[in-house]
Amino acid sequence: MKRLSRLRRHRAAGPILLVFALLTIGTTFQVAGAVTETAPSVADRSAIIEEGKQLFLKGCSSCHGLNAEGGTVAPSLIGVGAASVDFQVGTGRMPMADMSQQAMRKDPVYTPEEVNALAIYVASLAPGPEVPTDEMLNYERDGSVAEGGELFRTNCAMCHNFAAQGGALTQGKYAPTLMGVEPKHIYEAMVTGPQSMPVFSDKTLTAEEKLSIIKWIKSVEAEPQLGGAALGRVGPVTEGLLAWTLGIGLLIGVAVWLAMKAR
Amino acid sequence: MSNEIELIKDPGLPAHQHRRSDLDEKYAKRAENQVAILFLLSALGTLLLIVSYIFIPDDIFVFIPVMGETNVHQLLLGLGMAAALFFIGAGLIHWAKNLMPDEEVIAERHEFRSPDEDRAEFVKTVKAGAGAAALGRRPLIKRTLGLALGLSGLTPILLLRDLGPLPGDELTKTSWKKGVRLVTDPGDRPIKASDLEVGAVAQTLPELPAGEDHRSLNDIAKDAVLLIRLRPEDFNLDDERLSWTHEGIIAFSKICSHMGCAVALYEQQTKHLLCPCHQSTFDVTRAAKVIFGPAARPLPQLAITVDEEGYLIAQAPFNEPVGPSFWERSS
Amino acid sequence: MTARERIAGNVAGYVDDRTGAAKWMKKNLTKVFPDHWSFLLGEICLYSFIILLASGTFLTFWFDPSMKEVVYDGSYEPLKGLEMSAAYASTLDISFEVRGGLLMRQIHHWAALIFMVGIVVHLLRVYFTGAFRKPREFNWIIGVGLLTLGIVEGFLGYSLPDDLLSGTGIRIAEAIIQALPVVGSYLAYFAFGGAFPGEAFIPRIYTVHVLLLPGIFLALITVHLMLVWYQKHTQFPGPGRTEKNVVGYPLMPVYMAKAGGFFFIVFGVTAFLGAVASINPIWLYGPYTPGQVSAGSQPDWYMGWLDGLVRMAPPLETHAFGYTISWNILIPGLILPGIMFTLLALYPFIESWASGDKREHHLLDRPRNAPNRTAIGAMALTFTLVALLNGGNDIIATAFHLTINQMMWFSRIAIVVLPPIAFIVTKRICLSLQRADRELVLHGRETGRLVRLPHGEFVEVHEPISPEKAWTLTSHEQLAPLELPEYDGAGVRRAGAIKNKIRNRISRANAVAVPKATESERRELEGHH
Repeated sequence: MKRLSRLRRHRAAGPILLVFALLTIGTTFQVAGAVTETAPSVADRSAIIEEGKQLFLKGCSSCHGLNAEGGTVAPSLIGVGAASVDFQVGTGRMPMADMSQQAMRKDPVYTPEEVNALAIYVASLAPGPEVPTDEMLNYERDGSVAEGGELFRTNCAMCHNFAAQGGALTQGKYAPTLMGVEPKHIYEAMVTGPQSMPVFSDKTLTAEEKLSIIKWIKSVEAEPQLGGAALGRVGPVTEGLLAWTLGIGLLIGVAVWLAMKAR
Repeated sequence: MSNEIELIKDPGLPAHQHRRSDLDEKYAKRAENQVAILFLLSALGTLLLIVSYIFIPDDIFVFIPVMGETNVHQLLLGLGMAAALFFIGAGLIHWAKNLMPDEEVIAERHEFRSPDEDRAEFVKTVKAGAGAAALGRRPLIKRTLGLALGLSGLTPILLLRDLGPLPGDELTKTSWKKGVRLVTDPGDRPIKASDLEVGAVAQTLPELPAGEDHRSLNDIAKDAVLLIRLRPEDFNLDDERLSWTHEGIIAFSKICSHMGCAVALYEQQTKHLLCPCHQSTFDVTRAAKVIFGPAARPLPQLAITVDEEGYLIAQAPFNEPVGPSFWERSS
Repeated sequence: MTARERIAGNVAGYVDDRTGAAKWMKKNLTKVFPDHWSFLLGEICLYSFIILLASGTFLTFWFDPSMKEVVYDGSYEPLKGLEMSAAYASTLDISFEVRGGLLMRQIHHWAALIFMVGIVVHLLRVYFTGAFRKPREFNWIIGVGLLTLGIVEGFLGYSLPDDLLSGTGIRIAEAIIQALPVVGSYLAYFAFGGAFPGEAFIPRIYTVHVLLLPGIFLALITVHLMLVWYQKHTQFPGPGRTEKNVVGYPLMPVYMAKAGGFFFIVFGVTAFLGAVASINPIWLYGPYTPGQVSAGSQPDWYMGWLDGLVRMAPPLETHAFGYTISWNILIPGLILPGIMFTLLALYPFIESWASGDKREHHLLDRPRNAPNRTAIGAMALTFTLVALLNGGNDIIATAFHLTINQMMWFSRIAIVVLPPIAFIVTKRICLSLQRADRELVLHGRETGRLVRLPHGEFVEVHEPISPEKAWTLTSHEQLAPLELPEYDGAGVRRAGAIKNKIRNRISRANAVAVPKATESERRELEGHH
């Protein structure tokens, strides 16, 4: 026992334990992850639905109602589909931190497994748009970047700005920036029309066209600065600001130096 | 105490203060070296420009704080050029300030006004000239000359006439006619009512007549239409306007009634349309009534229905001109 | 005489034999220019203009001003295969296929922004120091003309690439033309060669942008500079400086080196901006089509105030007898700017009418010594600034978590309320500064040193200011207000009495001042100590 307690006090004990703990947790998750990846049988599915229901009752029902029928502050979730839940919860918009103008993207509260359970539970209430699979989201293969740009400018740029940086809507609402958003979530947003955003039906904007849009957004996101600092990619306002500050500032600075008498 | 108020007097230009470089050759030499260094920096800038023009390909990117992943070719080319120019300027100014004479000089101003006799002479000359031409005595010449000059001024205006055709009734017309299908923009696919969920929008154009495969921008500038689907009970329309919708689907001209930007920021929850140019806001449930901003008229509504195949079509052309106002517009 | 001097002499002699230039050159090479940093603001404009000519010429070698449709096949992947105008495609080629092309495009655009910034700060300097007064009214009007043309020229240049942003700008310009009563739709059809957007507009404005307007610019700038040269530069008040002289450095060599050097500085700074900061990334905007638009569509800053006015306009339109007048476009787009620029151009005449001062002025005013003028300037500036802010209200709203509706209502109210407040506040500040000057001259500078007097009182030691400084602070004139007769000898109202009354009023407001310190007062104060 004495030896153990001495070991416990060893300088390396803390770090070693930490590594050990992390390894354990990691392996557990990997195993757990492997479990969910296998096609869920009916029994598994009902278990997941049950898990989702419990999560829902704990985290969502106070606003959305015990049976997701909606309340005074939150809409009904019957028929919104798994895609909607995956988008709202997966991007951290739900649960809302405060009843402000608009739910913001933030770090998700739930783990991907929990999001999945919630989505399957809500989808079990009434059918709605499904979460797209990885196969459906292969935008590199199925999308065309130039076409995507054209579609983006026709359907999205008026709210999200020409370079997907976001923009203002009425009464303090805004279209968020699309930089750093996962392709799955972009897709789900187009299918479900979260918050102020309208729905882009598959018939008027086909699945392939949606992938093209995603491909274009990703290409803009990855596009390096071809001409120098991007100034936020919001157009002439920041350019004018720079001309009025750095531009004329440098020139007036030199002018002051020029007119100063040398000692 | 005297009543005469005495003002503070001008002490005159202060005595010249010599610079260190005037008094001490050591400082002058130092200034000379500084100027030379500035000019050399400029030369280095040009070298950088040449090197980046010739040797640096334009597909290399380097991360630079504040700027992000930056194109090296473009950046060094520009910085080389900036340095080449800036340091020539800095050298010249430094030279002028430290080594050229800095004694202030006084120059006298002269009066602009000509002496009175010159002015009188001038007036006399002008009068004599006018008198010799006898304009005052021969009004016929004066008037006909005025007429001729005035008329000749019309020539350039007349010649500019062929800059463009007369508008005629073109501003009031679009390609929308009874029975024309609404097709997606881009994609040109006809749309069924069932293709749109509640809360969905679609950007549409009129279907091209058979045999045509190209749309001009002139057509798009008047034909662009936004389709929106709401729950039918959300509408707050009179019977006529309600009959222009189809199962909750309503169609508006996308061209702003204010200054012609594409109004397509549809907020699904508030059911408002916002124009990004001047922020006019239209209420979709009340036939695009203006509820905020500078637009004075609602967006024109296109009456729609479905054909026998179930595709959305126009019931009739727009019943008013689309786009910004103009003088001949009657409503 | 060295060989080199002999050659120089021969060349000079050759030229002089044929032109007689030596006499003129001898006089003008020693021309004196007063030195002050604010006198270089106009030079910023001149040099930016030269940069614009040079970089613009470079761009014309590749730019194709045509609205013919082409299919893009350049190296920028995200636009490959799209239909676009030749103008847009060639601008992409300048950006991506021509080495240094993007840099030149960015230098050209930054130079345009700096050109306009320079014009505005130069104008402000001239205004607030009263440099527009007789005999320089012509140059003021030319300056206002250059400002106006600069806005037009800049807008045309911004429009040439035919991208989505500039196309939206042209769309709005078309709407303004179309809104003109009676002739609007005709003029729009003439300008665009038919319906909007047509295929004629860009080639046409190209000619105007690269030939017509630069030509007019060149002529106006030449006259502007010749007048400055001939009338000699104004100078700030100071010891030894009077209305009859000009104190400074001779053109040859000092001013030539400084001014020449400053040209390279302006070019260098513009190139620096072109190197490090992206401007007008048209490849991201995409080609123009009327069915598309981007959030936050703005013009360049010098048009921003105009866009801001249009945004805040009330939704007014008159429909009568089958005709339409769009006040919501005409008032902010034409009438208000027309009034603003007319007042600006006429200001020198208005001021001299109100003050009755018809004399020549070569010494500048310190802004505080002309409180009314300074306050009017602050008022106009506030008006323009509110409009400019509203022109970017959507960007400001998203950046600072405001709403566009709040911004719009703020602007609608502020544009009426803030300018008068700015007037009152500025005038009071000016008078306070005059009082501070007076204190400084009479009591000297506060040294911060405390001294205890024998009876225990603490006083701060004041150091008298130098005679030069005292002169600078008191050399300005304080004019008495006009007293134009309103009644004739018999006590009957004269013809024009009302006009005189108004002039007297304004002139009284103009003459409000803190009496400047005098030598008599100084002496009297010294007597007390």
